Amino acid sequence: MMHWIIVPVVLPALLAPVLAAVARHDIVLARVLSLAGTLLLAAVALGLTILAAQGDTHIYELGNWNAPFGIVLVLDRLSAMMLLLTTVLALIVQTYAVASGWDNRGRHFHALFQFQLMGICGAFLTGDAFNLFVFFEVLLIASYGLMIHGGGKMRLQAGLHYVVMNLTGSTLFLFALGTIYATTGTLNIADLAVKVRDIPIEDAALIRVAAMLLLIVFAIKAALFPVQFWLPGAYANAPAPVAALFAIMTKVGVYAILRFYTVIFGPDVGATGSMPGDWLLPGALVTLAIGVFGVLGARRLMPMLSFAVLGSMGILMLAISAFTPQAIIAALYYLVHSTLAAAALFLLADLLVSRRGAEGDYLRATSPVAQNGLLAALFFAGAIAMTGMPPLSGFLGKLLVLDALRGSDQVALIWSAILLGSLLTIVGFARAGSVLFWKAAAVAPSGDPVEDPDLDVLTPVLSIASVMVALTALAALTLFAGSATGYFEQTSAQLLDPSNYIQAVLSPQQMGY
Amino acid sequence: MELLVAATVGVLTAAGVYLILRLRSFPVILGLAMLSYAVNVFLFATGRLAVGLPPILSKYAEGYTDPLPQALVLTAIVISFGMMAVLVMVALGAFLTSDHDRIDITDETGEQGEPEVDKP
Repeated sequence: MMHWIIVPVVLPALLAPVLAAVARHDIVLARVLSLAGTLLLAAVALGLTILAAQGDTHIYELGNWNAPFGIVLVLDRLSAMMLLLTTVLALIVQTYAVASGWDNRGRHFHALFQFQLMGICGAFLTGDAFNLFVFFEVLLIASYGLMIHGGGKMRLQAGLHYVVMNLTGSTLFLFALGTIYATTGTLNIADLAVKVRDIPIEDAALIRVAAMLLLIVFAIKAALFPVQFWLPGAYANAPAPVAALFAIMTKVGVYAILRFYTVIFGPDVGATGSMPGDWLLPGALVTLAIGVFGVLGARRLMPMLSFAVLGSMGILMLAISAFTPQAIIAALYYLVHSTLAAAALFLLADLLVSRRGAEGDYLRATSPVAQNGLLAALFFAGAIAMTGMPPLSGFLGKLLVLDALRGSDQVALIWSAILLGSLLTIVGFARAGSVLFWKAAAVAPSGDPVEDPDLDVLTPVLSIASVMVALTALAALTLFAGSATGYFEQTSAQLLDPSNYIQAVLSPQQMGY
Repeated sequence: MELLVAATVGVLTAAGVYLILRLRSFPVILGLAMLSYAVNVFLFATGRLAVGLPPILSKYAEGYTDPLPQALVLTAIVISFGMMAVLVMVALGAFLTSDHDRIDITDETGEQGEPEVDKP
């Protein structure tokens, strides 16, 4: 048995208490330790991805207890790519947080950050439904701390909404898990996949209820209509680096939907059939519409970006709701793209806000900020990515989604929603960009330029560099779209044929582990 | 007994849902506490209700009750207890910084940050 699989959970879990206890008063030590930990984590994630790309499903039995009695961690292509995405995003966000001094505006930023990584990595790796709940709680409790990092009236109020919404979601999650356990007698994902397929269709009412309850829970995480209301408030009021990290949090919900509604409640299961997709589709359409209108209606940059994230979740969910191999490939590509694009834009927004002083992120023309041209160019690149214009990966992602949904019954509705939504998002971003950067040139500088006492020479360089890295990753995703979709193709094949997953977990001896 | 437990879960859930729809943060916190009690009882009942049966192997046992829901419920209790503590702290922070405990965001700039009256 290979022990590397548990490293993404254990490493941050060990590092976080050290950061909280030892490096409590020493921000430099905390920064060095935390960055080193994240770097190590990224290296491990890369190694695991290379391992998973070979096609086998690897398992790790905690305490050497065999599944379904013990908890297993499962590494397949999907979890490996999510791990890699998480750690790359974490590196970018953490570099920005250190460079911009955000991590020093409250206590325990790095400890909470590592706990957050532990929860996210665990959620991606676990092969047990109840364990997934536990890791959800770990990542949520860390995110509550990060959400209100730095304090402030608006942030605490928005944080309260976020906590209440997620606690309600956790309660629903437990209700769903209880129902699943009561009907099947197991919570191991692979074992569930076997047992659910054995339930005769006339006895399937209870498991169907549980499956749909679970879908609501994951929809809350993924901010899908009608449970999306928490997202704009939370993202717009969170510290910008945290909002950038939260870009992966919605994807945890997407991951869980992909995992549960292919392996356990796949399209071939009589009890649920095409029900999850049928409910996801209208929800995704409305989410997309809300996101787009939000982008048009927002008067501040951070809420506008939050609504843009909501819109991208709508497109992502449209692709997933089809549950066909092509659509899952498109969804995975769009998932990676939208995570990085959202993170880049949130970090960029913070760069802008820190330079605009009292004007904050209001979409109003002020005198040009420092490095106006550079920030404008970066915003242009980020907006191109987010709205899905060529040449960046957003365009390819949307093209893949449109192509994959061509065979759907609702193709006219879906296509017009995505295309019209993209057009309106472009209008929103063009308006924001021209107000923030273009019209700024016409306004004469008034009074003294804003001086941030924390700003030294290295700070802007490193923080701008982290935005550039995110955008470069998007460019790389575009350039290497062929190999990326090759990987996603095998991922989607692996997801839609759960026999490999089930066999690896339930009879590891046969697989030779 | 089944009726009693089911009614308990139902009443607790109903009370919890009613309370989390209130406008002030204190009833909302109470509502979430009610909901977590309801789900704990519910989880406990998922292993079927049995009286006087041991959960672990015993020579003298006539039958067994399912031990797994008890472990699940223990985890759920610990987590919901911790979450409740965090929630109270966040709510307290929001109350102290904004001088009211209304759950809706009512800043002078409004939720979406409507700009203050433009100065001429």
